[in-house]
Amino acid sequence: MSLAVESQTSKQLKRAGLTALTFLLMVVMCVPGLWVVLSAFRPNGEILAKPPIWIPEAPTFDNFRKIFGLGTDQVAIPVGSYFMNSLIIAMTSTVIALAIGMAGGYAFARYRFRGKGSIFLGLMLFRAVPGIALSLPVFIIWSKLGIIDTKIGLIIVYVSLNVPFTIWLIDGFFRQIPLSLSEAAQVDGCTRWQAFWKIEFPLARSGIAAAGVFAFLTSWNEFALASQLTRSTSSKTLPVGLLDFTAQFTIDWAGMCAMAVIIIIPALILTFLVQKHLIAGLTFGGVKG
Amino acid sequence: MAEITLDKVVKKYGAASVVHGIDLEIAHEEFVVLVGPSGCGKSTTLRMIAGLEDISGGIVRIGDRVVNDLPPRKRNISMVFQNYALYPHMNVRENLGFGLKIAGESPDNISKRVDEAAAVLGLTPLLDRTPAELSGGQRQRVAMGRAIVRRPEVFLFDEPLSNLDAKLRGQMRAEIKKLHQKVRTTVVYVTHDQVEAMTLADRIVVMRDGRIEQVGTPMEAFNHPRTTFVATFIGSPPMNLLPGVIAGGAVRLADGTTVPVPDRLKPHARDGRKVTLGIRPDDISPVGHGLSQDGPGAEVDLTVELAEPLGMESLIYTRLAGQEVLAKLYGPRIVQPGEQLTFRMALDRAHLFDAETGQSLRLD
Ligand SMILES: Nc1ncnc2c1ncn2[C@@H]1O[C@H](COP(=O)(O)OP(=O)(O)O)[C@@H](O)[C@H]1O
Ligand SMILES: [Mg+2]
Repeated sequence: MSLAVESQTSKQLKRAGLTALTFLLMVVMCVPGLWVVLSAFRPNGEILAKPPIWIPEAPTFDNFRKIFGLGTDQVAIPVGSYFMNSLIIAMTSTVIALAIGMAGGYAFARYRFRGKGSIFLGLMLFRAVPGIALSLPVFIIWSKLGIIDTKIGLIIVYVSLNVPFTIWLIDGFFRQIPLSLSEAAQVDGCTRWQAFWKIEFPLARSGIAAAGVFAFLTSWNEFALASQLTRSTSSKTLPVGLLDFTAQFTIDWAGMCAMAVIIIIPALILTFLVQKHLIAGLTFGGVKG
Repeated sequence: MAEITLDKVVKKYGAASVVHGIDLEIAHEEFVVLVGPSGCGKSTTLRMIAGLEDISGGIVRIGDRVVNDLPPRKRNISMVFQNYALYPHMNVRENLGFGLKIAGESPDNISKRVDEAAAVLGLTPLLDRTPAELSGGQRQRVAMGRAIVRRPEVFLFDEPLSNLDAKLRGQMRAEIKKLHQKVRTTVVYVTHDQVEAMTLADRIVVMRDGRIEQVGTPMEAFNHPRTTFVATFIGSPPMNLLPGVIAGGAVRLADGTTVPVPDRLKPHARDGRKVTLGIRPDDISPVGHGLSQDGPGAEVDLTVELAEPLGMESLIYTRLAGQEVLAKLYGPRIVQPGEQLTFRMALDRAHLFDAETGQSLRLD
């Protein structure tokens, strides 16, 4: 009896401890984001105040107005162009990375071919190289090719950044689908191609969606390489656009935060849209690699 | 007409050959079972018939067509897989109708034929469930339903019952038999279970190491095994095999015990020939407790080492010529370990095999 009570209280303690830990982690992760969002809605002076002011005392949309050039005192930042550049570059590179990821992941999961192990290892090692370390060589090659400051240039970089990851994740998903399902479909009258689209693809869809979200977010948020390879409104992306708020001696924190909010919103919307798939994808797949 | 012909069919993985030139003719509407120990190449052979595995050599015909280079969908077959391979994202109705849908049948026609197949297999109440919501036996049934709904010429089964528990396996075995009587098609059925093979087959094909060891009706394989391998593989408990030498019209075993050679085998029993005497447990019984009391026989005194009473009969472990031998006692008598009994070996069903090749002497 007392034993049972004891184990019950110890269980409750454990749960309370876990909850506290989770809360702490969430605070650590969320506070900077929260600060950015809060700062987007108040004037610079309040942001820099000491001691810090948490709850905006004079909430305002001025920062957003300024960005879109609706204010009086500041030159507009071409947010619209940056946004479109970001969207086109992130979407295109994601679609291409997913297409290559599906083809490659399927090949790694289903076929035996010479050098399979080393190719896979090579792909993974490529991920270990920090992108910025490649920026100088890429810059030189891109300028010889004449694709500096173009969307295509960035798309190619992002595709190669994302492909190893999409292949790895999607390979894990196809591996979990028994080969006999595709075989049964072929006996049932499908071509291999039909069997893929009607059976294997729907079953791997969660994983493919998860891979797509990650690829999109990587491209959407990437700063280091984009800041090297773009310079005009024809190709600058939103993260690079943030730099427009820094002048030689001043930084417009409020404007920057407002812009950050504009960057975050599409990412949030996308994540919510594929939430169901994302969770299924992250809990079932990717474990086996 | 869907007879199946395998002509010197070979399967190689790289340099390793796993099926070594199989010849087999399966008649229209025949139920043929490929049986053999795990790894002997049964599934590989079946999958070559299905078109799921490339054929490295030889010819496979279904009906009058050579199908070597045809994909599975053009072979007019259906297959039941060991793990059932139901489509997890479709409910039972969609699983059953998938093949018809691919073939471009009209929705009305699909639903009619799905309902028919579901009725045959008792799946009607389950049509809206997904595979995850079914028990093992129900999944098995859906897999069979998916096979019959397209009305193919050939059914292929790869160990369809091996994931079921013993009781369900017995039930489904009977249902497959009934189904074949209802839906007459050519069936090739793979199993490692000799009981399944004996009960289902019109003809069984005993395989070993990528070769066919014997083809025949279940009773032929049981009564006239061509080799010691078939003799021990078919029948349970397995046939006793005792090495010996022919001497003066009898087999002399290792300890000097002599067992007379039955008349029908006399022509093959040259003096001095090394042989293996094969005799089933059912044919070694304590005197007065056997299946047959007359006919040729030999009596030996043996000590019971272990007895397993099974109700109306007991399985007795004893030792003859230094080797463990299984015997059967018919009747409800209890036997104790250590008991000494006189056993009668009924020789009208005894077998002699060449000690070297393992071939039955009657094939000389
Ligand atoms: N993909 C493969 N690569 C190499 N060897 C294989 C492959 N598939 C099967 N084998 C070998 O072929 C032999 C026959 O296999 P299989 O037909 O599955 O046997 P069974 O169904 O009779 O148990 C086995 O020895 C197995 O190891
Ligand atoms: Mg097998």
